[in-house]
Amino acid sequence: MPSHAETFPPDASPPRLELRGITKRFPGCLANDHVDLVLQPGEIHALLGENGAGKSTLVKMIYGVLHPDSGTMLWQGVETNVPDPAGARRLGIGMVFQHFSLFDTLTVTENIALGLDDAGRMDELADRIRSVSERYGLALDPERHVFHLSVGERQRVEIVRCLLQDPKLLIMDEPTSVLTPQEAAKLFETLRVLAAEGCTILYISHKLEEIRALCSRATVLRAGKVVGATDPRQETARSLAEMMMGAELSTPERPPQGAAGAARLSVRHLSTTSDNPFATNLKDVSFEVRAGEILGIAGVAGNGQAELMAALSGEMLIADADAVVIEGTSAGHLGPRARRALGLAFVPEERLGRGAVPELSLSENALLSGYAREPLVRGGMVHFGRARAYAETIIRGFNVVAHGHRAEARSLSGGNLQKFIIGREILQKPKLLVVGQPTWGVDAGAAAAIHKALIGLARSGAAVLVISQDLDELFVLSDRISVLFHGRLSDSRPTHETTVERIGLLMGGLFGTPPDEDGEITRAV
Amino acid sequence: MSFIRLEPRGQASKTMVYVTPLLAVALTLLSGFILFLAMGFDPVRALHAFFIAPLTSVRGLGELVVKATPLVLCAVGLAIGFRANVWNIGAEGQLTLGAITGGGLALAFYGEGGWWLLPLMVIGGAVGGAVWAAVPAFLRLRFNASEILTSLMLNYVALLLLNYLVHGPYRDPDGFAFPESRLFEADAVLPILWTGTRVHLGALFALFAVAGGWLLIARTFIGFQIKVIGLTPAAAGYAGFDQKRIVWLALLLSGALAGIAGMGEVAGPIGQVTASISPGYGYTAIIVAFLGRLHPVGILLAALLMALSFIGGEAAQIAMGLPKAITGVFQGMLLFFLLASDVLIRYRVRFGARRAVA
Repeated sequence: MPSHAETFPPDASPPRLELRGITKRFPGCLANDHVDLVLQPGEIHALLGENGAGKSTLVKMIYGVLHPDSGTMLWQGVETNVPDPAGARRLGIGMVFQHFSLFDTLTVTENIALGLDDAGRMDELADRIRSVSERYGLALDPERHVFHLSVGERQRVEIVRCLLQDPKLLIMDEPTSVLTPQEAAKLFETLRVLAAEGCTILYISHKLEEIRALCSRATVLRAGKVVGATDPRQETARSLAEMMMGAELSTPERPPQGAAGAARLSVRHLSTTSDNPFATNLKDVSFEVRAGEILGIAGVAGNGQAELMAALSGEMLIADADAVVIEGTSAGHLGPRARRALGLAFVPEERLGRGAVPELSLSENALLSGYAREPLVRGGMVHFGRARAYAETIIRGFNVVAHGHRAEARSLSGGNLQKFIIGREILQKPKLLVVGQPTWGVDAGAAAAIHKALIGLARSGAAVLVISQDLDELFVLSDRISVLFHGRLSDSRPTHETTVERIGLLMGGLFGTPPDEDGEITRAV
Repeated sequence: MSFIRLEPRGQASKTMVYVTPLLAVALTLLSGFILFLAMGFDPVRALHAFFIAPLTSVRGLGELVVKATPLVLCAVGLAIGFRANVWNIGAEGQLTLGAITGGGLALAFYGEGGWWLLPLMVIGGAVGGAVWAAVPAFLRLRFNASEILTSLMLNYVALLLLNYLVHGPYRDPDGFAFPESRLFEADAVLPILWTGTRVHLGALFALFAVAGGWLLIARTFIGFQIKVIGLTPAAAGYAGFDQKRIVWLALLLSGALAGIAGMGEVAGPIGQVTASISPGYGYTAIIVAFLGRLHPVGILLAALLMALSFIGGEAAQIAMGLPKAITGVFQGMLLFFLLASDVLIRYRVRFGARRAVA
C-alpha cells in the first residue's frame, strides 16, 4: 500500500474519506463489488444509482451499521474500521436516514437527547438546538412535540441531531423523497452553508435535476459496481440516467387523450374517522375519474393517502354508501371482493405484505386477486392449472424476470414484483384501476414499463387513479392532477396547465391562496 | 465474536422441513437415554420397553391405532385452525363435551336403541364439541379476547361438568355409587374393525378426517384463504377474504372433530361415561399437529408416534417401575426439540469467529 507521502503532495490534505475495494455479499446477492470512492473536504458528492444498485449498503458500511467483507476504508488518510454507529459518530460521521427514527409523543429536545451519545442537561441542549438551527437556517422550536411537525420539519430534527455532533462527513439518504420542491430548495441552502464550512456531504439520490443543481461530484453505481465518476454540472440529466442504467433511456409516448368518457369513479364528500390519534382523517374529499383519463393525486406521505386508498379499495368500509360510487353503483359499504366484481382493480403501496404474500408462489399470488374476475375458482375448488396459466400470461406479458410461476414472491426484485402485481390487475381488464406509489423502490427500466402499461390501460378506456409522492412521475402520467394535504383534496387541474412549483406549493398546504408578490411561501391551512 | 453463529439462508431450506422432525425425534431419544441413565434405570431396556415392545404384538399395534384415533381427529382440526392463526387450545374440553353429548344420547335412549342411535351419537358428539368451541370464537370476534386463554379455561369447565354429571345425572343407578354411567348397549357402541384388538370404527373417521382435511387445505378456495390469512393478514384484507368467517370455520370444525373423538372414546374403548375419559389427548394433539407440520398426512404419522409414547409410557411403568410422568416428559421434549430445530430451516449453523474487518 503506498505510504501517505507518496500518494499526496506534502502540502495537500488527504481526502476526508477513501474507500478502496469495498465488497459486501448477502446470501444470493453481491451488493457491493470492489467499490472505490473518494470524498474531499467541503465537497457535495452524489452517490447515484437505481434502486438495488447498492447505494444504501455502501453508506451503511461507512456508518458502521454493516461491516464489509473485504476492502479498506481510510478516514482522513488513516486506515480505520468503523465498528458501529457510535464509533462512526466519534470519528465525525453523521447520517440522516430516509426513514426517520423519531418518537411522535416526545418533544424535539427529548428526541435529540435520545440520539446523542452525551446529551448533557436538557435546558443547555435546548439552547444548543436553537443556536444550531438558527445558524443553518433550519427553523425549529425545541419544545414542540414531534407529532405536530411536518415531514420537512422532522427531517430538520434529524439533521440538527447530526449537526450537534460537529460532523466532518454528513451522509444524506434520499432526503428529498419526502419534501415539497420548496422545502427541498431550503435544504439545499443549508447543505451549501455546511459545505462552505468544510463539511463533506455524501448525497444519495436518484433525482438527477437536483444532483445537477447541488453536487460538484458524482459517483455512479450499477449492480454493485462503480461505473463512473463525473462532475454532474457538466452532464445532462439524460447522460447521467444513461450512466445509471447502462442503456438508452426511453420515455413513454403519451398519445393525446381523446374526449374523456363517463365517470367511472365518483367520490362525494368522503370523510373518515379513526381511533388512531396519529391517523390522518379525510375531510370532505370529492373527485371524479373518467374513462380514458389518468388522475394523479400528489402529496407528501402522511396526508391521508393510506386512508384514501383503503376507502377506495374496500379495506375500510364507509358508512355513507354513496360516498364512493363505482360505475354508477354505490359502493361505500362493499368490501374488496364486491368492488372487484363492479370492475375495480387495485395496486397497494406495499408490495410484499399486502399486494402479494411473500412465501407463496407467483401462481398462488395470481390467485390472490385474480379469483374475483378470472375463472380460477369453481364450486369452491381452486383450478390450479388455470391459476398457473394466468401467472404465466402475466410473466410473459409484463417481462417479469423470475424462475417461472413457481418462484416465491419474495425472491423477485422490487421492480419485477411490482410489474407482476400491476400486470395481474391490468390483465383482469378492470374498468377502474387505483394505484398507490407505482414505482417506489423500482429500477428505472421497470418503472418505464409500468408507466407505459398504465398509460396504455387508460387509453384503452379504463379510468386510472395514481396516488404518488413522486411529482416527476405524476407529471409524466396524469392528464389531471390534484393534491392531498392534511386529509383535504385540492381541485384538480389539467397537468399541462400547471407546473411542478405550483403543485409543490399545494403540497405544502397552500390551498386557494396564490403566493404573494415575491413568491414567498405563507402557510394557509 | 461467538464461535457458533447462525447465518440466514437466502431461501428457506425445503430439505430441512422434512429433516427437522426426524432430528427432533433423534434428540428426544438421546435426551431420554441420558435421563434414564441419570435416574438409575437401564437406558437401553427402558427405551426398548417404551418404543419397541409395544410394536411386537398384534394387540400392541391395535392399541397404537386406538390411541392414535382421537389424536388424529383432534389434530387435523387444530392444524387447520393453526394455519389461520386461530389458536384452539381447548380440544381437551371440546373432546369432553363430545363425550358428554354423545354419551348422554346413549344413556337417554338406553334400552330403546336401534341402528340410528350410533349415527345420532356421532352427530351429537360433533355438535357438542362445536358448541364448546363456538364460545371462544364469539368472544374473539366480539371482544377481541384471546382464544388461547378462553379455550384453555373452558377445558377446566368441561372437566368439572363431566365430573358433576358422572356423580349425578349420568350415574349408573345399579353401579354401587361409583362415578360411572351404565355400560352402553350394543347399539351405542362402535363396532370393532380388527378382531383381537380394540380398534373401532373411530379409526375410519380418523382416516376420513385426514383425507377431508387434506382436500380442504390443498384444493379448496377456503383452504387457500386460510393459508393467506395465516401468512399475511394484510394481503387477506386486500384480497377481500372474510376473516371472521374463517375464525368461525376453524373453531367450529376443530371443535366438531374433537367432539367426535370424545364420543369415540366413550362409545369405543371405554364403553361408558366415566370421570376420566382422556389422558390429555386434546393437549397432545397440539404437539401432533406441529410435529406433523400442520399437514394431515404428517399428522397421521406423528399421531402414531405419539400414541406409541402413550403406550410405551404405560408399558415402561408396568415393566420397570418408571414414574407416570415420563410420558409427559417425552412428549414435551419432542415439541421443544422440534421448535428448536425449526431454526435450521431459515438459518444455517457456522462455526468459527466472523472474519475480522480490514
